[in-house]
Amino acid sequence: MMKKDTIAAIATGLTDAGIGIIRISGKNAVEVGDRLFRLPSGRKMLSKAESHRMYYGYVAEENKDFIIDEVMIVVMRAPRSFTGEDTVEIQCHGGVLVMKKILSASLSCGARLAEPGEFTKRAFLNGRIDLAGAEAVMDVIQSQNEYALASSVSQLKGALSGEIRKLRAEMIHEIAFIESALDDPEHFSLENYPEELYVKIEMTADKIKKMIDTADNGKLIKEGIRTVIVGKPNAGKSSLLNCIAGEERAIVTDIAGTTRDILQETVKLGEICLNIVDTAGIRDTGDIVEKIGVEKAKESAESADLIVYVVDTSTELDENDREIISLIMNKPVIVLMNKSDLKNIVTEEMICSLFQEILERESYKEDEENKKQKKYIKNFFQEKRLITIKTSAREEEGLDIFEKAVKDMFFKEEIKSTGEIVITNMRHKEALQEAFDSLMLVKKSIEDGMPEDFYSIDLINAYASLGRIIGEEVDDDLVEEIFSKFCMGK
Amino acid sequence: MSRINEFVEKVDVCVIGAGHAGCEAALACARLGLETVIFTVSVDSIALMPCNPNVGGSSKGHLVRELDALGGEMGKNIDKTFIQSKMLNVSKGPAVHSLRAQADKAEYTREMRKVLENQDHLVIKQAEVSELLWEEIGDSEERQDRYQKKIKGVKIFSGMVYECKAVVLCTGTYLGARCLCGESITYTGPNGLQAANYLAESLKKMGIELRRFKTGTPARMDRRSIDFSKMEEQFGDERIVPFSFSTDPETVQKEQISCWLTYTNEKTHEIIRENLDRSPIYAGIIEGTGPRYCPSIEDKVVKFAEKERHQVFIEPEGLHTNEMYVAGMSSSLPEDVQLAMYRTVPGLEKCRIVRNAYAIEYDCIHAGQLYPTLEFRKIKRLFSAGQFNGSSGYEEAACQGLVAGINAAMSILGREPLIIDRSEGYIGVLIDDLVTKNNREPYRMMTSRAEYRLLLRQDNADLRLRKKGYEAGLISQEEYGNLLEKEKLIESEIERLKNTSVGANKEVQHFLELHASSCLKTAASLAELLCRPELSYEILGEIDSDRKTLPAEVIEQVEIEIKYEGYIVRQKRQVEQYRKMEKKKIPENIDYDQVSSLRIEARQNLKLFRPVSIGQASRISGVSPADVSVLLVYLEKYGR
Repeated sequence: MMKKDTIAAIATGLTDAGIGIIRISGKNAVEVGDRLFRLPSGRKMLSKAESHRMYYGYVAEENKDFIIDEVMIVVMRAPRSFTGEDTVEIQCHGGVLVMKKILSASLSCGARLAEPGEFTKRAFLNGRIDLAGAEAVMDVIQSQNEYALASSVSQLKGALSGEIRKLRAEMIHEIAFIESALDDPEHFSLENYPEELYVKIEMTADKIKKMIDTADNGKLIKEGIRTVIVGKPNAGKSSLLNCIAGEERAIVTDIAGTTRDILQETVKLGEICLNIVDTAGIRDTGDIVEKIGVEKAKESAESADLIVYVVDTSTELDENDREIISLIMNKPVIVLMNKSDLKNIVTEEMICSLFQEILERESYKEDEENKKQKKYIKNFFQEKRLITIKTSAREEEGLDIFEKAVKDMFFKEEIKSTGEIVITNMRHKEALQEAFDSLMLVKKSIEDGMPEDFYSIDLINAYASLGRIIGEEVDDDLVEEIFSKFCMGK
Repeated sequence: MSRINEFVEKVDVCVIGAGHAGCEAALACARLGLETVIFTVSVDSIALMPCNPNVGGSSKGHLVRELDALGGEMGKNIDKTFIQSKMLNVSKGPAVHSLRAQADKAEYTREMRKVLENQDHLVIKQAEVSELLWEEIGDSEERQDRYQKKIKGVKIFSGMVYECKAVVLCTGTYLGARCLCGESITYTGPNGLQAANYLAESLKKMGIELRRFKTGTPARMDRRSIDFSKMEEQFGDERIVPFSFSTDPETVQKEQISCWLTYTNEKTHEIIRENLDRSPIYAGIIEGTGPRYCPSIEDKVVKFAEKERHQVFIEPEGLHTNEMYVAGMSSSLPEDVQLAMYRTVPGLEKCRIVRNAYAIEYDCIHAGQLYPTLEFRKIKRLFSAGQFNGSSGYEEAACQGLVAGINAAMSILGREPLIIDRSEGYIGVLIDDLVTKNNREPYRMMTSRAEYRLLLRQDNADLRLRKKGYEAGLISQEEYGNLLEKEKLIESEIERLKNTSVGANKEVQHFLELHASSCLKTAASLAELLCRPELSYEILGEIDSDRKTLPAEVIEQVEIEIKYEGYIVRQKRQVEQYRKMEKKKIPENIDYDQVSSLRIEARQNLKLFRPVSIGQASRISGVSPADVSVLLVYLEKYGR
């Protein structure tokens, strides 16, 4: 089925780092490694190397004495490796150039450059990891911050699979009981069973609901919070951005082309990941209203999870501010009162009342929704959807408060970065939601006094939905989906 | 040998065995115009019921109705010969309603024999078939479909040869049979009938793998020795539903005979436990595996140790006999233990046993050697059905017999085979389970085996399968016409109920109040009202003046379709998913050794069962979802 060829790739990131790893996997992995590796004595020996033992030596281009790097090398023989195939891993110094050289040397010794995700694909096909595991590995590769990494790693260890298996085991027990009672009513009594099942279903549904609830957090954790910075010209947006994204505080990576024509910058602020939407030219002129135009700003604001509204406290509020507020008032907003080290003309109270004024004015326009709007306004302030922070970009003052404000806004409970299962995969969330819906239908059947044999249809659906998460239910769409993911994975 | 063994008769089909499978197979072939011979060791025991005196029961009733929809005989025959009839599980949902009828055993046999004797193109022959005749298929064109051998005919014990185009094996429990009653062992088939002792060797020579199964039957008692006053009387239904869709319900409303219910007790269980070492199974004398779902009383006492009592039904074996069948107490314990054990049961204190309970052990095959058509994968036109395939039960046997018979005929006639899938009928579930799963004991049909049972109800078997029976040629134009008429009536009545709206007027509100149903706020359709659990089609008649008088079967369908619409829709979605996997065919010539990532167990079982589709592959024991994913990817990559 799979080409039996041997693949190689740099397993660590393509950045300069302390250590780099080149992984070679496949039928000829050891042979490829053998052609590259020499002991300090210059002898070749990898073909006889003990499995899972580190050897020290050099990597040199074949038939040349030119040494590329000094390395540690390990052979993991099938099936006891990540891919389930013979695998050789070379630990070299982490310079990009060195890693590329070793990789290209291994390619000239008979390996083929691995496609994205191909190691994982092989591991999955060889039964080394289940579907959830395979997806988790892809997530680890793609995860952009520590939270995401922690939850991916715990999924990789099988925390999600374990929990799903437990729920499935409970469900199959109930299904089996109902079925047994249908076929052998003499020995399996259904007396009082609907009531018992009802309680169990509620408990199971509750567990699933909790997992689903983590998914929204999960998405934000995994993908970062989409943040749009707005403000008048010269409000200090660009200096603020530099400050947030400053090298001292965060690692900045560029991901181009993820959304149409907008560039976004991923910024790690403490433990949170912000995808700051930065439309072209915003840093040059700092003038979102004039240059990009209202439409563009609206578009960005609509797709945002968070708006950071930068206000220059040293200049009066004007029509431009009103315009901005009416654009962003449907979103969670953090107002940064910038230049607070200078004279303060604008106060937090002024901002809040301007928001209130505009919110009310807008709501009068929609008479029908009046009541709803009033409530909305109230909630807007109660739910901390508007937070004002005094900060000085120059002094980096208030950035800690900003970080805390984001956390308060988006993560209702303290996120624990270890142990807890956080759903970070949309496919998992959908499957959980389906399972939940099916359980609700079982509940309804019990409430409606339907005969017990009707419970099975939806119980089995719930069971199957959960099974799809861990690949214990065959679903051809899923297989295709997963493989398309492998092929385009990072 | 003498000269007579040169005598050769030429026919189309030979059916070996005239039990429930053999009768259906032979009738199907003959009715499709093929010259057919049915062999039996005793013409007097055609369609014999050597165990329980009933037809149908939970899920088995479904099988009989499906069989009838396809053009089988069992349903018609029991309609002629039943002495009590009951729709089981009526307190549960319509999916598990199931018909069961007590048969007059002797009448059942006699009637079926009459049908066979009067069937054109069918000859009954009393003889033991001792050998199958075949030839190897060379590397000729026929080899392309993987057959290695081709059937040529059969040879009977006398030496006479019947050349034929197809053979259907329906040997039941007769092949290499031996009966065990405690320490006493006799080498006979059921009821002391002659066993078939030569055929097994011939089958082995052909490369067919045999195995050994066992089953058992309880004692028969003299009615006059039973005290019925200590038992609960079990009546039949007031309004009898016939099994056959072709039987006029009015013709089956007749006087019925009662059955009786009593229970075992601690005393009974104590005797069994103390003598377990004398049971041939527990003592290890029986090597065959018995059915878990039709357990002997010994098994029940061991398995459900905490139960204080088990049900025992006393059922008449017929109108003209005093023999009573003791359902729920089959046993292979020795005679003295049996008597002591039975006599602890209330009402049986003075019982006299006419026939002892016994266990029977016999040769059968692992049905994984068959295609879903019930033809052997390696032997062209050799088909098999019934207990020989590792099933248990008259109904299971009959259904396989019909399918094997039809497919033998289709093969000879060069027509498309009949395959029913799991979403079309219990017959599909039965055959798919037999040919796909590693069944370690006689396979009995059960409600829980059918995944899509809300669609596979006994009441709609005709709507599901009659068309297939008609296309095969076993359903007459008239019968098929009746079905189409029924379909039309159902459809238009559902349509009418959905489109007929009743206003929230005084009359309607009063009607709803009267039936403890909540009042309407706005107008609603009759269909919407029918969805309410407390309302039925009949009740709705009070506010539905436009309705025409419809047959009860039509009303039943309308009511079920509307009342359970949500569930039916969800089940249909499950079926879509299932069909998608069934449609992904695995090429006949796939080399599983080339699918490198399969686990060893999966590879072995795939090679053994050679599934026709991904769906079937996923049901094979030892094939995990991961293996199926691997297969899917393989087919995706190389199947193009």
